[in-house]
Order: sequence, then C-alpha cells, then structure tokens
Amino acid sequence: MKSEPSITVTDVTVEREGFRALFNVSFHIGPGNLVGVVGPNGAGKSTLFDAIVGVLPLARGTVKIDGIDDRPGGIAYVPQRDYINMRFPATVHDVVLMGRYCHVGLFSGISRKDKEIVRACLERVGLWERRNALIEENSAGQRQRVFIGRALAQEASIVLLDEAFSGVDVGAQDGIIQVLQTLRDEGKIVMVATHDLTNLAERFDQIICINRHICAYGPPSQAFTPEVLEELYGSHGLALAHTHADGHTHIDSHMPND
Amino acid sequence: MIDLIFGPFQYSFMLRALIVSTLVGLLLPVVGAYIITRGRAFMTDALAHSLVAPVAVASLLGFTSYVTAVPGGIAIAMLMGFLSRHTGISDDTSIGVVFAAMFALGLIVLSISIDVNPSRAVNIEGLLLGQVLAVTETDVLVSLVLTVAVVAGVILFHRQLVYTTFDPVGAQVSGVKTSLVEYVLLGMLALVIVLGLSAAGIVLVMAMLIIPSAAAYLLARRFTGVIILGALIGVVSAVAGLHLSFYANWPSGPAMAVVAASIFGAATLHKRAFPVKADE
Repeated sequence: MKSEPSITVTDVTVEREGFRALFNVSFHIGPGNLVGVVGPNGAGKSTLFDAIVGVLPLARGTVKIDGIDDRPGGIAYVPQRDYINMRFPATVHDVVLMGRYCHVGLFSGISRKDKEIVRACLERVGLWERRNALIEENSAGQRQRVFIGRALAQEASIVLLDEAFSGVDVGAQDGIIQVLQTLRDEGKIVMVATHDLTNLAERFDQIICINRHICAYGPPSQAFTPEVLEELYGSHGLALAHTHADGHTHIDSHMPND
Repeated sequence: MIDLIFGPFQYSFMLRALIVSTLVGLLLPVVGAYIITRGRAFMTDALAHSLVAPVAVASLLGFTSYVTAVPGGIAIAMLMGFLSRHTGISDDTSIGVVFAAMFALGLIVLSISIDVNPSRAVNIEGLLLGQVLAVTETDVLVSLVLTVAVVAGVILFHRQLVYTTFDPVGAQVSGVKTSLVEYVLLGMLALVIVLGLSAAGIVLVMAMLIIPSAAAYLLARRFTGVIILGALIGVVSAVAGLHLSFYANWPSGPAMAVVAASIFGAATLHKRAFPVKADE
C-alpha cells in the first residue's frame, strides 16, 4: 500500500554561482495536487525543482518528501529540454522504458511485466501508435507526453516538469494538462514550472508565484492579485491583469518572459 | 582474391594480429558509441596520450606495459572524471591539463628509459602508431581478459549508461547512480584504449573508438543499431587495416584509421543522399 505523497519545503535558501537564487522559500503540498510554478525567467523555478529533487545543495533550510518510502523512482523529474540529449537515437518506446530501469536490478533483464506496463503507459498518454518514432521526430507537446509516460512507467508519486509548455501550442498544452489531471486524481503530486500564464486558473489547483522568493501560494483565484503580478512581471504584469466583478483577477494570456 | 585475404593467416604472427585486430574493431566502437553520444571524443584522445606516462614507467622498470598501463589508465581516467565533476574549471580544460601533463611526463620518462637501457626501451614509433604485426601471445591473452571485463561492464551498465547519456538529471532523480555510471564508463574507456594501443597506437586509438561509431550514428536509427553497426564497421576497418599493414608495410594505426575514415565518408554521402525524414 503506497502512502500519500507530500512535499514540505521549509525556509530554503539556495545559492548558485555566488548569488542567492532562492531565499526563505517555504510551502507544503499535499497529495492529489496539480501545482503550477510561475514566474519570469531567472525567477528560480528550475532551481526550486533542483532543490526539491536533491540535485542542488541547500544553503539553508530543509526539503522533506513524505510518502514515497524507500521505493525506487518515487520522484520523476523532467528537466528543461536543454538538459536532455534530444538527438540521442532513442524511440518513444525506449524513453518510456527508461522509467522501468529503476525497478530492474543490475543482473536482471526487462521482464514481460515491464513491457506490459510500458505499453499501458504509452496508451495512456496516447503515444502507442508513435512508439517507434525517434524522440527528435516528435513535436514539443508529444515529447512532454513521452516524459509523462516515462514518469508513469516509473510509478512515481511526485512528478516535476520544468518548462513543460515551452514551444507547445495551446491545444497540445491542454492535452498535456488532461493527462496530468488524471495523475492528480490518483493522488499524485504534479508540479509544472511555466512562464506561460494561459488559462492557469482552469489548469492548476494551486499556483506558486516565485521570483527568487515565494510571492504568493494558493489557489489561482487567490494567488493572482495585481500586487503579485506586478512583483513578478513589473508594470507589464499589472497592465495585462484586470480584476473581474467577482473579485478574481484575470490575466490576458501570454506574459512577457523577462 | 581469397588468397589475398586469407593467405597471410598461414603465419602465426598474422593470426595473433587478427585476433587482436578483431577485438579492437569490435570493442572500441561499442564503448565509442557511449562516448560520442555524450560528446566526450576529446577525452578519448587525451586519455590515450596520457597513457604514454604509465607505459614509459613500465619501460623504465622493465615490465610489460600492461602492468602499469591498465591501473595507470584507469587512475588517469578517474582523475579526469574527478576534476571535471569537482572543480570549477570546464571539462575540456581539466582534461587538457591532465593530458598535457601526463604526455609530457611520459615523454621525459621514455627518454630517460632509452638512456638507461636502449635495448629494453619501448619502440616509440610502435607505441604512437601501433604495430599490430608485432603482437605477442601476452598481448593476445591480455586483450582477451580486457575484452571480458569490458563486455561485462557493457552488459551490466548498458541501461544506466543509455539513461544517463540521454537525460542525466532525470536518470539521477529516478535513482540511477550517475557518478558510479560515469566512472564505470571511464574505466571501460581506459581498458579499451589499453586494448587498442598495440593495434592502433596512442595517436590513432581515438580513430577506432570514434570513427566507426560516428559512421554508425549516421546510418543507424536506434542506439543499439549504432553499437552493432559500429562494431561491424570497426571489425572491417581493423581487419582491412591489418591487411594494408601486412601488404603495404604501413603502420597499423594509420591503416585502420584510413579505412574507418573512408567508411565514415561513404556514410556521410549516404546520409546526404538519403536523409531520414521526420514524421511531421
């Protein structure tokens, strides 16, 4: 029986190349949450993810991951595409199969069960027909679905996707979100870093607004206030935001990156 | 024609040379496939040149070169890996420093070794360019042992090597011990370079590691295809190079490299003539 995952970040400060990339960051995410992490370029979204998954040392504070016990592959991370060797000659099937590697011992082979799991994951992300396409032959949206398939094959309880919508058209973004919502419905924690503010309120349960520190955290209707947007994006953010009669703030789609 | 190909193998030295050439052609491109997809070709060349140091020490002390080349090669590879990971300086700079220092040290020790005992000193031309026709029974035996070690490493770590080459951070987070995998690859690289020294020589051992896999990379669709086709191109290059060495009296390293480079040229032309089209 898997216990429920949670992430507790307490007073985290991260230094990168001599400057504070993140400071005094604290939040808690419980199971079954689809969380958008938004902020301009250089705001520390990737740094936050690196800190959560433990590939970056913390200058201060703690990151506590519960509910993944000692299982291998409890956390799945899809870094920005610059960190992935997209020209590597691997097919869609090969990449999703990589999700099984943490469950296969050094002296064991890929079992029939592993192959069945991979097939089920590929079908779930709608890529079984494209299983023999090379990763570089896929669109940005299809690639994200491949990586979500890999996270599924890994049986991860926590899935982090950095810049998941970069280069992905809006229709394909919705397809990705639909798959991620099914993961959320199974009790997993899904975090997506993005600087694309399109339809955030409809897509995410919680929003973390970050600009080297947490500017706001909560449901989108509460997190996005004109003050937060100005803190994130300066006067551009304020200009594109307008408050509706019911009190919630609406954002006019694509925000400036910098 | 058949006589031209098989005739030379009536001599036992040619049979020994054939065994070593085949192993070199087979194994170097297999490890080379991981190396080129990681963009580490320079490291291969640097590590090969650095091996002059341990080989020179063996020459000075009167040992067979493997006694120092195997542990020395592994140690230098680990040092390069350590410096790349743990110092602020860039990969190619730290590798370049070790390469230059070891190569220089090796040449100095080699010149001392020649002064001390001219008859016993290693043949520099053979060391640099390879002399596959002169391989001994010890060379054959050591090559077989090195082959077993590298094949075991490839079988055990292939999946982790593939994952960390494709997506190192994602692999690490999923539980793959990326630094262990990196050091295993460096260790295997050191072993195949030692294996390739007698046939291809220090200067051109990189050619047999890189060129067949690069040609295969142009032709094969999947990574396993790069490995298999690379090994095939490697064996053809090594054995053809051996024949050129036998008939034309060329140094074996350049002979093998020229054949491999010709195949790479043909693969490039083929790729240009029949580019693979993406699905969308």
